[in-house]
Amino acid sequence: MLSRTADHLFWMARYIERAENTARVLDVAHRSALLPDDSVGVDARLWYAPLNICGSAPGYEEKYGLVEAAKVTHYMALDPENPSSIYTSLMLARENARAVRGAITSEMWEIINSMWLDLKRMLPNLDQFRLEGFFDWVKERSHLFRGVTLGTILKDDALYFIRLGTFLERADNTARILDVKYHILLPSVDDVGGAADYYQWGALLNSVSALEAYRKIYRDSISPMRVAELMILRADMPRSLHACLNEVDATLEAINGTTGLEARRLAGELHAALHFTRIEDVFSRGLHEYLTDFLDRTQALSDEIHHAYLSLKDDSSSTIRPDRFQLQIQ
Amino acid sequence: MDKMISSSERPKQFDEMRGFDGALRTQYADIDAQLLSQPLETLIQKQRDAELLFRRMGITFAVYGANSSEERLIPFDIVPRIFGADEWRRLELGLKQRVRALNMFLHDIYHDQEIIKAGVIPAEQVLGNSMYQAAMQGVDLPNQVYAQIAGIDLVRVSENDFYVLEDNLRTPSGVSYMLENRNTMMRLFPNLFAAHTVAPVEHYPQLLLETLRESAPEHIEDPVIVVLTPGTFNSAYFEHAFLASQMGVELVEGKDLFVSANKVYMRTTQGPQQVHVIYRRVDDDYLDPMAFRPDSMLGVPGLFEAYRAGGVALTNGVGTGIADDKSTYLFVPEMIEFYLGEQPLLSNVPTWRLDRPDELKYVLEHLPELVVKEVQGSGGYGMLVGPTSTQAEIAAYRERILTDPAKFIAQPTLALSTCPTLVEAGVAPRHVDLRPFVLSGKEIRLAPGGLTRVALTEGSLVVNSSQGGGTKDTWVLER
Repeated sequence: MLSRTADHLFWMARYIERAENTARVLDVAHRSALLPDDSVGVDARLWYAPLNICGSAPGYEEKYGLVEAAKVTHYMALDPENPSSIYTSLMLARENARAVRGAITSEMWEIINSMWLDLKRMLPNLDQFRLEGFFDWVKERSHLFRGVTLGTILKDDALYFIRLGTFLERADNTARILDVKYHILLPSVDDVGGAADYYQWGALLNSVSALEAYRKIYRDSISPMRVAELMILRADMPRSLHACLNEVDATLEAINGTTGLEARRLAGELHAALHFTRIEDVFSRGLHEYLTDFLDRTQALSDEIHHAYLSLKDDSSSTIRPDRFQLQIQ
Repeated sequence: MDKMISSSERPKQFDEMRGFDGALRTQYADIDAQLLSQPLETLIQKQRDAELLFRRMGITFAVYGANSSEERLIPFDIVPRIFGADEWRRLELGLKQRVRALNMFLHDIYHDQEIIKAGVIPAEQVLGNSMYQAAMQGVDLPNQVYAQIAGIDLVRVSENDFYVLEDNLRTPSGVSYMLENRNTMMRLFPNLFAAHTVAPVEHYPQLLLETLRESAPEHIEDPVIVVLTPGTFNSAYFEHAFLASQMGVELVEGKDLFVSANKVYMRTTQGPQQVHVIYRRVDDDYLDPMAFRPDSMLGVPGLFEAYRAGGVALTNGVGTGIADDKSTYLFVPEMIEFYLGEQPLLSNVPTWRLDRPDELKYVLEHLPELVVKEVQGSGGYGMLVGPTSTQAEIAAYRERILTDPAKFIAQPTLALSTCPTLVEAGVAPRHVDLRPFVLSGKEIRLAPGGLTRVALTEGSLVVNSSQGGGTKDTWVLER
């Protein structure tokens, strides 16, 4: 497969997944805002979290300064100037898909194209109060796209690069959600166990569609350590770090050819660590420290995948045309 | 009949459905009964359905200068244009004859130049032409074919008279619309296809693939074929992607390819892979910054040298522009007689050359009646359509002609045939042309029909999509 094609497929998948995750994060923030909480600065804390998770805080502050619910929502959902807004993510997903529409099935293209056309059609009528339906729509479309992909595409390199993009992005997002929530939710360990605490952790689980799984597995009240265990170490939890790395590891093995040995090694190492770690080890090291290290290592893995498969290397004389779109920002 | 524009308003042209005298031509009988007899609202709804399908499938073209969100649909008309079997057979013979002669001409020009030696075409017409590629002199190409894909623009003026307007031998486009128009019609009107025996066109990508395989450099058993596109913002990007995917080959951009030791490779996830045939949709000038425009970033450095050395095949070949130039067009009937010893089956439009003083004089005196074109123009840009132009436009164009008469040719305004077309006021006749796609490998192949373009504005003769024209499905009946 062409390196450029693989690159577009990888990023197409990442942007769809990113749009879905941003929708999840915002959805939870909206729900959380409905909960009773009159502690000082709750709004700022609540609405800073989504900005922080998605790495959008600096751009937001430059544009608006103070954190306000409506502005944060707009900036993260619909603002074309925000490079990781849902709007931008879907636009870039579609541009990447368009660049390789011959490499995806026509049904995949139709989903991704109509998703973009529908978004543009809905845009004038989207405001703060109708956004919950919008977040559901983004999640549904993302599910639909994944389903159509698995249901229609050949199981070859095209699918593998799509899955690599999906699961690397998902691992990254899950780690960020967990990290930020941890900071917001645990200003001090004394707070653990309060009602607000319960709702907040519940909301976190909801954001990754894991509340039902939590109840099923633990049959007990919600505790931070178990939430962390579920989200980091449970291989049977679809959005957990372990589950994502399972997919990444297996997918790298499946890709044709012998390039990318270093990427396989990095993925294998990360995967093995998740496989053999106990949640007590994570907490004794510090959850934040653990997650920061994980994010660094997935970034290194992503870089190595680029280096091995996606970059246009091995000929210095060729002219690289500047893309009209910087399709692969971030 | 209530939605047909009344017959008194119907222009005096030949109508594909009703000839000159208004009598229904046999091949349109079922369409008249099954399609046009439906209420106008139903037709309009179908037309909207078609647009939705096109929009959803992203069958769009990008407009130069516009941003990416402004991809436009080419208007699609739901009333098909229909050829009878015999009618088409005659056209097919004429098209094959013409394309065979054009390829023989190209081979001759870049080899022994017999046609010049015989005095049939003046040397300066060829050698003094900016489309002539001196670097192609003596280069041997597979099958001696230069233009593997030709788009021949035809117009009709009566039952049996077709004229060739233009031979497109560089990177002719539009074939994806031929295929998608059919696809859309079959989705919208399955019953019409049940009632007719419409010759299929869906195998065109297969014919194209065979042609490209036959064009590979010698001794390559299983050639690797790619489609080379300038990129997503090219107006025909949809077509490039469509054809690549229909043939199951890679769609590449210049930056995906590199040349080493006169062989061409593409960068893949498994390392470099050699490419043998490039169906290029990039013009000569942009193909290779080392051989042509140094500022081009669309091409591949060293590609032309690799091509000349036989390390890779390009379709269409380099330098084909010399044969589809509008001043070379004048000589195509002579080419057919010279190379094939046959009478041309398709006519040229009578053409005045403005570098000849007496013809220039005539043309300047008759501008309001004529169509004047730039010799090297394309896409309907930069032409004067006398009968529909204002006096001021004609005066301005006269100035342009006088600056450099040799850059222009003129032709009479033909009474282009019309075809029933759904427009706002109902179903009305609109002018059409036809672009069949002729493929030349070891043999010449074409899918029955082609792309019918329709001028949606009443009375307009300009059908180019860049000028607001639309398209129709083109049917060739099998009996």
